[in-house]
Amino acid sequence: MKHRYLPMTSQDEKEMLEAIGVQSIDELFNDIPEKVRFKGEYNIKAAKSESSLMKELGRIASKNANTNDYASFLGAGVYDHYKPVIVDHVISRSEFYTAYTPYQPEISQGELQAIFEFQTMISELTGMDIANSSMYDGGTALAEAGMLAAGHTKRKKILVSQAVHPETRDVVRTYALGQSIEVEEIPLKNGHTDVEALKEMVDDNVAAVMVQYPNFFGQVENLTALEPVIHEAGALFAVSSNPLALGALTPPGKLGADITVGDAQPFGIAEAFGGPHCGYFAVTKKLMRKVPGRLVGETVDEDGRRGFVLTLQAREQHIRRDKATSNICSNQALNALAASVAMTALGKVGTAQMAKQNISKTYYMKQQLEKAGFDIAFDGAHFNEIVVKTGVPVKEVNAKLLDFHIIGGYDLGRSYEELKGHMLVAVTEQRTKEEIDAFVQELAAAVREMGATHA
Amino acid sequence: MHKENQPLIFELTKEERTGYSLPELDVPEVDLSELFPEELIRQEAAELPEVAELDIMRHYTALSKRNHGVDSGFYPLGSCTMKYNPKINENVARFAGFANIHPLQEESTVQGAMELMYDLQEHLKEITGMDEVTLQPAAGAHGEWTGLMMIRAFHEANGDMNRTKVIVPDSAHGTNPASATVAGFETVTVKSNEHGLVDLEDLKRVVDENTAALMLTNPNTLGLFEEQILEMAAIIHEVGGKLYYDGANLNAVMSKARPGDMGFDVVHLNLHKTFTGPHGGGGPGSGPVGVQKDLIPYLPKPVLVKKGERFTFEYDRPESIGRVKPFYGNFGINVRAYTYIRTMGPDGLKAVTEYAVLNANYMMRKLAPHFDLPYDRHCKHEFVLSGRRQKKLGVRTLDMAKRLLDFGYHPPTIYFPLNVEEGMMIEPTETESKETLDAFIDAMIQIAKEAEDNPEVVQNAPHTTVISRLDETQAARKPVLRYYKPE
Repeated sequence: MKHRYLPMTSQDEKEMLEAIGVQSIDELFNDIPEKVRFKGEYNIKAAKSESSLMKELGRIASKNANTNDYASFLGAGVYDHYKPVIVDHVISRSEFYTAYTPYQPEISQGELQAIFEFQTMISELTGMDIANSSMYDGGTALAEAGMLAAGHTKRKKILVSQAVHPETRDVVRTYALGQSIEVEEIPLKNGHTDVEALKEMVDDNVAAVMVQYPNFFGQVENLTALEPVIHEAGALFAVSSNPLALGALTPPGKLGADITVGDAQPFGIAEAFGGPHCGYFAVTKKLMRKVPGRLVGETVDEDGRRGFVLTLQAREQHIRRDKATSNICSNQALNALAASVAMTALGKVGTAQMAKQNISKTYYMKQQLEKAGFDIAFDGAHFNEIVVKTGVPVKEVNAKLLDFHIIGGYDLGRSYEELKGHMLVAVTEQRTKEEIDAFVQELAAAVREMGATHA
Repeated sequence: MHKENQPLIFELTKEERTGYSLPELDVPEVDLSELFPEELIRQEAAELPEVAELDIMRHYTALSKRNHGVDSGFYPLGSCTMKYNPKINENVARFAGFANIHPLQEESTVQGAMELMYDLQEHLKEITGMDEVTLQPAAGAHGEWTGLMMIRAFHEANGDMNRTKVIVPDSAHGTNPASATVAGFETVTVKSNEHGLVDLEDLKRVVDENTAALMLTNPNTLGLFEEQILEMAAIIHEVGGKLYYDGANLNAVMSKARPGDMGFDVVHLNLHKTFTGPHGGGGPGSGPVGVQKDLIPYLPKPVLVKKGERFTFEYDRPESIGRVKPFYGNFGINVRAYTYIRTMGPDGLKAVTEYAVLNANYMMRKLAPHFDLPYDRHCKHEFVLSGRRQKKLGVRTLDMAKRLLDFGYHPPTIYFPLNVEEGMMIEPTETESKETLDAFIDAMIQIAKEAEDNPEVVQNAPHTTVISRLDETQAARKPVLRYYKPE
């Protein structure tokens, strides 16, 4: 058969079969027992030409409401942010995206150096000593932090705040199940992790205490109040952090975190219906040899030139096999590159400025909602999300907002029984004043129309 | 390749330079000190680069010139299926309706994305012969662990609490035993026989009522088809264990043998291998898992279902192992894989496997006179040579791999699988032309000759790369894992 991805000609095929010493390609499959041999062809859709497939898939894509056409106030762990256009130009260089893991350093210096730079940028933002080359996403990164802590402390319990992303908590529980680690949830107090409850719960069976900073509700947890309680019990302090927020907030590394993880999606990575994004994993020097995943280190070649290699590989699955504490192999290298380009473009000043813009715009949203008579659920310092009480089902409100080309916020009732009729609203630097004003106006109209009363 | 050392981006920094264009701030700027407790306001800015846009493009362009991808040249890295990464995939994944949608949008606004995922699941079910597929796992190893967690849940639901062991062949990928450990199992190794296949007698010896599963790659990592697969399935199923298929080598058997028909209960696929992901320099990947009927209740949730003409995520799955990843998997990679499958169609996928196997056998036969071939029979999509003969001349497999760099090739996978001395695992893939294969064969033959006549040239390779061999011992002994701004 002729296909643009298959260069073999009939003459090639003939010569190759002769060289092998067989009559047909079929003969090469004689070792597959007759009983399991698949006969014929798969019952799947027929091949399409390039242009007709592009058209068909374009039609499927156009069924989705995308954030180019809609003003989105949906966050909850995935955000519509400014993506410097150069990001896509860099990651479209096929020397990067068609390469494998850089196991041959002599012809992979570009990728290795880019990852080394990524590790440095994440270390800088989080205030941690060391960062790895990436994880699948923020959720699995926090789960891996739990496994690291259990292995390191030889303890079998994890405490995770209810103000951690609900889906991340689900992932932590699944990983913990595999390792027979017990998971308990720390309750909330005014949208924050309840420190008093934590004091009651933490003891010398606890391997790690996990919080999110800023937390799922956009609230900025006061890590300084939590840290001594955790370390007094000999547990590790694991913080899940939106790295963009750390442009404005004191980094967890400066506040006693042992492990800081999160997702670099806010830096130049498409929302893409939830993935691929880019988990990161950063630790103190003490935990360096327990980090999951790949690490790139600096060294020299035979002529004394600086170069980079994958290092400390004795930690990893391909060397340690069943003694490895993590099974991660492929990670999110290309997205780590995308995040590096975005962090580079934003740079020292732009990252801080973008973080602050998020706070300013969210604060403006908060004021406008209050002016329109809405209650804002929690009153602490926030980053780019706030919780607004709608009093009516959020799902229905969001359906109405769609008519105005607005994607509404996250329905907190989906994850918190006590927060039914509450919406988690995200306001990034991408949302204009006009869009925020329209959101407030249409939200108020929708709620009014649905006959609810709000204070 | 680009010979000049490229400075770190931090070394190119100069205060005041900017590379960004943030939206205008059209609302009043807040004073952080009025909103935040002082101790939570960042005092020292993160030392990120300060460079102009052209600096950034030149930097990364220079780095890209110091990197070898499939588009740069032949990449016969065994077990990694380094085939051509079609460009249409990249365009489709960047459609606004795929790239710029949020996972938590109302389902009515993302029906197109869900339709694509559902149809991909349907295609993968047919390709693997399994009853249901989840797209949630992010990569192959993640899929392995997901599959094993489901097997564990299945046994526990049957009150079978003592199924603590997972059996893996000595030739298995490193992720297999690691995934078993992370899923809470103990790993037991089963030996290979003199034909490079699982030793059935040894398998019978290690199997018992504590066996949870046997993990197999078929064809195995030697590129050989496990001919006694049905016997192995019977041995495992007889004691109540499950058979797990590592789909890393699916490129070898598409349209020829389906895991579901071979008796496998769980399958993971590496969409970044067989289905042209691409590899991205080490990810992102995608590792869907397929299962037989009796394991469906344990699939990670939510499960994507079709109700009438509408697609919906089902969360009410009481026996599910739970979530393995936030949201629904690496959607962007799944879009690429779907585009590829639709580009190839049934006859295309069949041809893929046939040419992958033809290419591998051709190279194997051409190289066999010059190297040791430990298992002399038809291979599937890859084969393993041994550098034993050259080692006796003082030239190691590592040296030959480095020498290949001088010819512009990415070397094969080396020293794997572990049961072959000085192993070189070669996987040409179906997208390479005969001319490319012949040129590589010539290079290998030349290196074999050099090992006899001029071993130093091999031992001191590479000679043409941007750097020579790196001191990996120093890297591990005194780890430097980041840059620090000089005081």
